[in-house]
Amino acid sequence: MKHKTFFWFFLPTGLAMFMFIALPIVSVVIQSVYAPHEAVIIEVENCGPFGCTTETTIDQEATAAVREAQPLGRFVGLDIYLDRAHLAVGEISEAWATASSMGEFWDVLFNLPFYRALAFTLTYTFICTPALIALGLAIALAVNSLHRHFKGLAIFFSLLPMIVTPLIGSLILFWMIDSRGILGNFISYLADDPDLSLKASTPLMWISLIVYGIWSSAPFAFVVFYAGLQTLPSDQIEAAQIDGASRWEQVRYVVIPHLMPLVTFVALIQIMDNFKVLEPIIGFQASAHATSLSWIIVNDLGGETRQLSAAATTSVLTILGVAILLSPVLVRTWRDFKSGAH
Amino acid sequence: MASKAQRMPAGLRLASSAFIIFWLIIAAFPFFWTFWGSFKVELDFFSIADWTNALVGRSTQATHGSPFTAAGYEGAWVQNEFWRNVINTFVVCVFVVTTSLTIGTLGGYALSRSGFRYVIWLLIIALIFRALPQVTLVAGYMLPFFEWNVWGILPTAIIVLVAMNQPFTLWMLHSFFQNIPKELDESAKVDGCTQFQAFRHVIIPVMWPGVITTGMFSFLLAYNDFIVTSLLLSESNRTMIPEIAAFLGTTQTEGNVMFAVAAVVSATAPLFVLVMFFQRQIVSGLTAGAVKG
Repeated sequence: MKHKTFFWFFLPTGLAMFMFIALPIVSVVIQSVYAPHEAVIIEVENCGPFGCTTETTIDQEATAAVREAQPLGRFVGLDIYLDRAHLAVGEISEAWATASSMGEFWDVLFNLPFYRALAFTLTYTFICTPALIALGLAIALAVNSLHRHFKGLAIFFSLLPMIVTPLIGSLILFWMIDSRGILGNFISYLADDPDLSLKASTPLMWISLIVYGIWSSAPFAFVVFYAGLQTLPSDQIEAAQIDGASRWEQVRYVVIPHLMPLVTFVALIQIMDNFKVLEPIIGFQASAHATSLSWIIVNDLGGETRQLSAAATTSVLTILGVAILLSPVLVRTWRDFKSGAH
Repeated sequence: MASKAQRMPAGLRLASSAFIIFWLIIAAFPFFWTFWGSFKVELDFFSIADWTNALVGRSTQATHGSPFTAAGYEGAWVQNEFWRNVINTFVVCVFVVTTSLTIGTLGGYALSRSGFRYVIWLLIIALIFRALPQVTLVAGYMLPFFEWNVWGILPTAIIVLVAMNQPFTLWMLHSFFQNIPKELDESAKVDGCTQFQAFRHVIIPVMWPGVITTGMFSFLLAYNDFIVTSLLLSESNRTMIPEIAAFLGTTQTEGNVMFAVAAVVSATAPLFVLVMFFQRQIVSGLTAGAVKG
């Protein structure tokens, strides 16, 4: 295909991605170094029968005029990055200097909004991903051994948690594990504690969010691994059997190595997706116990006061986080590409 | 068919079946429970006193004279005018799917037929774009959209969803087009077709399986989206999912949780039907990316 033909074919999709993915990244970077204008303050002298007093008031007109003239705000450099709501450099160095023990320092750190969210986001990502891969593999192996009449039905029901809208899925689970719901009731009956409530306990809330994450994403791992099992060469399994491998050894040394590229693929996709976790926190109304980076951005953007600069700064930090998570993959792709070219 | 040596011992077969049944209950039970409960009153849906109330609906019987009631659905659809949000969702989905398939097919076809080096780079860039959390992009749109006065309307959300959908669409269609032999359009070009004519008359007739699968995923993305529609649409233009999120805020205080339950069941029903008819496409689409690497 000629360059010119390629260009015209690719133009619409390229333009869409450039306008609405590439430019917004530039836009968040720019917004993150500007803060909203402060109100213009004027001093007014009021003279009455008892002498003169000066009052400071907000000049609404002038403020509006400045905001109109420079909608981006005033340039503040990296100030927003370093403030309390983001990297909180000042607070951390102070805590480092004054904290008497490591525990006290961690307490301060996890009370800062950004680090609190980062801690949950990373915990969620790195517990959910391996767990859902293991569960998905187990389901794939079990479904693969089913009679073929049941396979279709099993796949249909297994797909549901993944296909359903994340917010809806988390609401459905939340209503069940709510202290008044059937599962919540059952758990408090098991624990023999009638006051046990998810909404009141941070560890329980984290566990239920992670359970939701595994429940909703295991089907994806299952479907991919199940497809991989269909391409498993039967002669390898037979050879292993002749060599006297037990069933577990066959899985361990033949099936899992065969599926390894797919495991990498699923892990990559799931790390990317779990890092964006947002809907379950909203569905479970969990923000008092667990927040994520995406949740902070949505919280800043929505509501009455749209804190665009704060949201933009968190966005840039989130993009950096994704870049760090993805860098091993990108380096490997680049190496493969290099070695393939020579 | 599995050979005799491959047949499982009875104990393992039992354990494996038990595990499958356990998983299927975990996967499907919440949906049936919520569906069943959506025809009850709140006291039965959240039955603290006796969990069997949720099954037989004693409070529902007492209030409405029958163990089933459509009061939740009436409240959501008539009183809170949920049908407006359903129409908005329908409009958004139709336009997102058609637009993103049209421009995605052209782009994916070009990527699969061009052997130049920039193709791999474009695909890597698309992969990076796919990895970016959508909410970070939305933070970038807010200010310009306010400035241009296009915030809050459906076309804006549609265009944004189409663009966000492109990286995935391109990857998927690229791998589908790779499976269509190059000789097909090469020979059409030898016969004097331009590249576009070859695409129009030779490729389009054979590309439908891949396009339908990709379209399914575009639909799911538009239908399931929460971030873009909740942050970029004004209250009157909301689609279903942000409306349900909004229900949560208002209904909890008014004691109308059942409205939200009914809305949730209504929004899940189309997805059920979709999985029922397009199960094969969903499975093949999910695995296409994986098998290609």
